[in-house]
Amino acid sequence: MNLKPDTLKRIDEVIPHYPSKRSATLPLLHLIQEDAGYISPEAIEWIAAKLELEPINVYELVTFYPMFRQQPIGRRHIKVCRTLSCALMGGYKTCATFEKEFNTRAGPGEISPDGEVTVEFVECLASCGTAPVVMIDDELHEKVDAAKAKQLSDQIKAEAGQKKGASRP
Amino acid sequence: MSAPEQRRLIFQHIDEPGYTNDIACYLRNGGYEVLKKSIGRKPEDLIAEVKKSGVRGRGGAGFPCGVKWGLVDRKSGKPIYLIVNADESEPGTFKDRYIMHQDPHQLIEGIMISCFANNVKQAYIYIRGEFPHGARILETAIAEAREQNFVGPDVLGSGYSCEIYVHRGAGAYICGEETGLIESLEGKRAYPRIKPPYFPAVLGLYQCPTIVNNVETLCHVKHIVDMGGDAYTKIGTPNNTGTRIFCVSGHVQRPGYYEFETGKITMGQLLNEVCGGPLPGRKFKAVIPGGSSAKILKFGERFKGKTRAGEEYDWGVEDVPMDFDSLGMIGTMGGSGGVIVMDDSVNMVEALANINAFYAHESCGQCTPCREGSLWMKKITSRMVHGEARVEDGALLKSVADQIPGRTICAFGEACSWPTQSFLAKFGDEFTQYPAAPKSLRPNGATELI
Ligand SMILES: Cc1cc2nc3c(=O)[nH]c(=O)nc-3n(C[C@H](O)[C@H](O)[C@H](O)COP(=O)(O)O)c2cc1C
Ligand code: SF4
Ligand code: FES
Repeated sequence: MNLKPDTLKRIDEVIPHYPSKRSATLPLLHLIQEDAGYISPEAIEWIAAKLELEPINVYELVTFYPMFRQQPIGRRHIKVCRTLSCALMGGYKTCATFEKEFNTRAGPGEISPDGEVTVEFVECLASCGTAPVVMIDDELHEKVDAAKAKQLSDQIKAEAGQKKGASRP
Repeated sequence: MSAPEQRRLIFQHIDEPGYTNDIACYLRNGGYEVLKKSIGRKPEDLIAEVKKSGVRGRGGAGFPCGVKWGLVDRKSGKPIYLIVNADESEPGTFKDRYIMHQDPHQLIEGIMISCFANNVKQAYIYIRGEFPHGARILETAIAEAREQNFVGPDVLGSGYSCEIYVHRGAGAYICGEETGLIESLEGKRAYPRIKPPYFPAVLGLYQCPTIVNNVETLCHVKHIVDMGGDAYTKIGTPNNTGTRIFCVSGHVQRPGYYEFETGKITMGQLLNEVCGGPLPGRKFKAVIPGGSSAKILKFGERFKGKTRAGEEYDWGVEDVPMDFDSLGMIGTMGGSGGVIVMDDSVNMVEALANINAFYAHESCGQCTPCREGSLWMKKITSRMVHGEARVEDGALLKSVADQIPGRTICAFGEACSWPTQSFLAKFGDEFTQYPAAPKSLRPNGATELI
């Protein structure tokens, strides 16, 4: 496992928070997913060894908890709330706008053809009063109607363009 | 009668200009004074104040907090744990997020008082995975509080020590159910436990006595200890003491969060005056009063009966006082305080299909009636919406919903069948248009819900 030194440090900090090492499985999965982008079979083995568990004990959490994934996703992760309050305020249109802008389909395994985004429908994000809401990576965006979804898409595309421009020799 | 003024106890600093979530600001506003006073008192006295206050849990079930604390096994010799339920995943509910983001020290002070009262040495805040900022804010706040000796070893020089850790979930609604939460915190899938024997107060986290309380409930503890249990009962109404935060979403002019004395405001006042009424050109059609699991109410229906005190009532939806007991009397619940409003643009089959998709996705899968039933209900409402219903579908839907509650390990079984049962009972005519209905059932100007 090629983990950043900071990830390793945080892993060692979190384990003693619990009287039982097994409790640290979720925190470790989060830390490794943040570092590596997804949970690989190697990561599952690594966590199991670290916490003195069987790999199946870790694997069963990866498949149970929706936030963990076993494949890489687009560079940006767009999560649109699909639950009732957001749907009432136009969440489905919001999602369709992202799908159209990036020529992709909403789904956990989907990546837009340019590799830029993964659009996903998720359940209630606990911000129903400012519906429809969208999370882009770690950032919550409120009252994202179709027009604002277009704006956010443009912004993501511009940021992607800048990155490409900057890395050119 | 016009709506009463808001009474902001928990939300008094939320959105206040200049109020920040750092400890200096909290201290300037009198923060941690109640903890300082509590540390000098006998733990039994603090528990007695919470009992006297009658405060009922704000996480959904409305169980009296003092009674719950009274059930804790204090003789086992094992450590006692406190878990703060910050999973906030009931659709329509969004109050805990604001407390944690804008006033995290209020929560930490509430936790520390509750821990001291119950002789807890280790507390966990179980926060949903979708709140990465919230988790960071809480971690920073705990570090600040530890630096000032409000948390950690030898709190305020009293000899009492207590640690608080933040633990992030990973996107599963069932982690809000208290025994599912405990399993999850132990590093397992969030499978709720069979009660009995696993009542958390006796056999909870690591088989030790455990208290699970909602974020808002623990904030109330701070105010109860501050003013005294008796004074707290003067706020609100008998058996529904204190204040209540209502999270209003959906089809109203001013959605948002509002805090009132429990039972002092009616549904009509809340929706028409406080939230500005329906959207232009629309009429209210239905409201779910306590998170998406609560049974739906239909505007125009009437409720008649007798209160506990023997008074007769004859209410329309707008006349119902927003408290645990009144909402319970009319066959629904106050739940987590999430009020979801739907106007006459909404097709109720679509709305139910949306809710059913949620529950089918979130069932943990342990019990056959819940796992199969929630998926089956979703399939039926989904094919209704897509114009592919079968003649028998209305009756089948009801039969499936009726076979889940009471036959499952946890209350998710009830939570997922109540929406279907109540939608069918109140809007049955909309469900009988099938299977002859055309593919698009959306009335003019309505949005897609599924
Ligand atoms: C399916 C299900 C989901 C729940 N979700 C939550 C939740 O997200 N947050 C919460 O505080 N309580 C939730 N609860 C209620 C908890 O099980 C528990 O009653 C509550 O946290 C106790 O705290 P309180 O007494 O302070 O309300 C849920 C219950 C069920 C059955
Ligand atoms: S009722 Fe549903 S959520 Fe609860 S334990 Fe059974 S399958 Fe899991
Ligand atoms: S329904 Fe979308 S945030 Fe709650």
